[in-house]
Amino acid sequence: MMFLEQVMAILWKDVRSEWRSKQMWTGMGLFAILVLVIFNFAFDLRVDNKAAVAPGALWVAFVFASMLGLGRTIAVEREKGTMDRLLLCPVDRKAVYLAKLLGNMLFIGVVEIVALPIFAVLFDVPLFFGPLLPIVLLGTLGIAAVGTLFAAMAAATRARELLLPILVFPLIVPVVIAAVRATGTLLVPAANEPPWLGLMAAFDVIFLSVSMLTFEYIVDE
Amino acid sequence: MDTPLLETTGLKKSFGLKTVLRGIDLAVCSGESVALMGANGAGKTTLLRILACLTSPSSGSARIDGWDSGRDAQRVRRLVGFVAHQPYLYDELTAEENLLFFGKMYAVKDARERAAQLLQRVGLEKRARERVGVLSRGQAQRLSLARALLHAPRVLLLDEPDAGLDEQGYELVEAVLAEHSAGGGAVLFTTHQLERALKLADSLVMLGKGRIVLQEKTAGLELERMRQEYQEVVR
Repeated sequence: MMFLEQVMAILWKDVRSEWRSKQMWTGMGLFAILVLVIFNFAFDLRVDNKAAVAPGALWVAFVFASMLGLGRTIAVEREKGTMDRLLLCPVDRKAVYLAKLLGNMLFIGVVEIVALPIFAVLFDVPLFFGPLLPIVLLGTLGIAAVGTLFAAMAAATRARELLLPILVFPLIVPVVIAAVRATGTLLVPAANEPPWLGLMAAFDVIFLSVSMLTFEYIVDE
Repeated sequence: MDTPLLETTGLKKSFGLKTVLRGIDLAVCSGESVALMGANGAGKTTLLRILACLTSPSSGSARIDGWDSGRDAQRVRRLVGFVAHQPYLYDELTAEENLLFFGKMYAVKDARERAAQLLQRVGLEKRARERVGVLSRGQAQRLSLARALLHAPRVLLLDEPDAGLDEQGYELVEAVLAEHSAGGGAVLFTTHQLERALKLADSLVMLGKGRIVLQEKTAGLELERMRQEYQEVVR
């Protein structure tokens, strides 16, 4: 009970701070839209190649925008010294990780909600909100689970903006491939596709467990 | 003043090849207030960070009320109130929200009531609903003091608590430290002001090159002699 209360309190604090400053949401949202617009102009999208390109463009936009937000959540606390103050409290480090993860998912989720309709218009593809929801949810969880852990690691270094994508991108390749392929099958249904959702779920479970167990050793000196 | 609430034995700390603490043996008893002095880089902040479980020692032990700061870190954290030389508060939250947030982190019962009491105690009751980002440095430091007292800690660790405070703010710190000691708590604070150290503390400890170079009761100490000693230490 205490654990959940602490998770919710940290999450509430992060959301309220972000709601008042609006630094991260605005930046991430604009960035995701810009990536989609650039892709739209970069590829000469004719009717036959949309389905092949669109899922990749969508997830690249999500991943890049996520990096902006993931890097900030813990780095800002480190810069301002509030991370130390938080770690000084008798709070379970797993609660800190979980709250930061949920916060990141929420921030990325808002960006996705804004970017998806724009994606549908620019790429002229149907959205299939129902079937797309589990793909977006599992994909976002995978990116946020790895990203939150490595954001904590990178926050302690000077070259954190450079280090975070270098650490995160190679690790999220499986979940991004699965998300792109699963999104692609919604646009062009294909037979004999591997169970992409199951693969994403397995990835999420593994990285969530590893991150929960190792976060303590990363943030404590 | 017999039970050591805070005790370190052979405490050493190195960061890579740089040794900051070279074996600190220190005891602060219940009801006692100790001033820690020394030049910049002498290891004062590192010692406080180890006691607050923010950094682990390279060797030796630190105990708060009998609990080891390494093995029983979560218990120790409940017993310690910490004021850093910077307020380290959430700028986007109001003064009251900051205290309520930390109240949840420390599982303080009746946190709202306790926060209101402490805001009044530090003279910020009229600014409770204002964001910390708009408060002055001194006001934020007062709020930081309120936060340290939120969970009624047994041990108060203060790293240059007078930084950024006006005379009124400093008198508040003085009063809070005196109340805490009178209530049976232990206080360990760092300062560069010798007069303040002699006025507030029961004992004076000077650190030099990671070692305790002077440890004396403040009662009867002469300011001029101590000033000379301090000049020797920081040289």
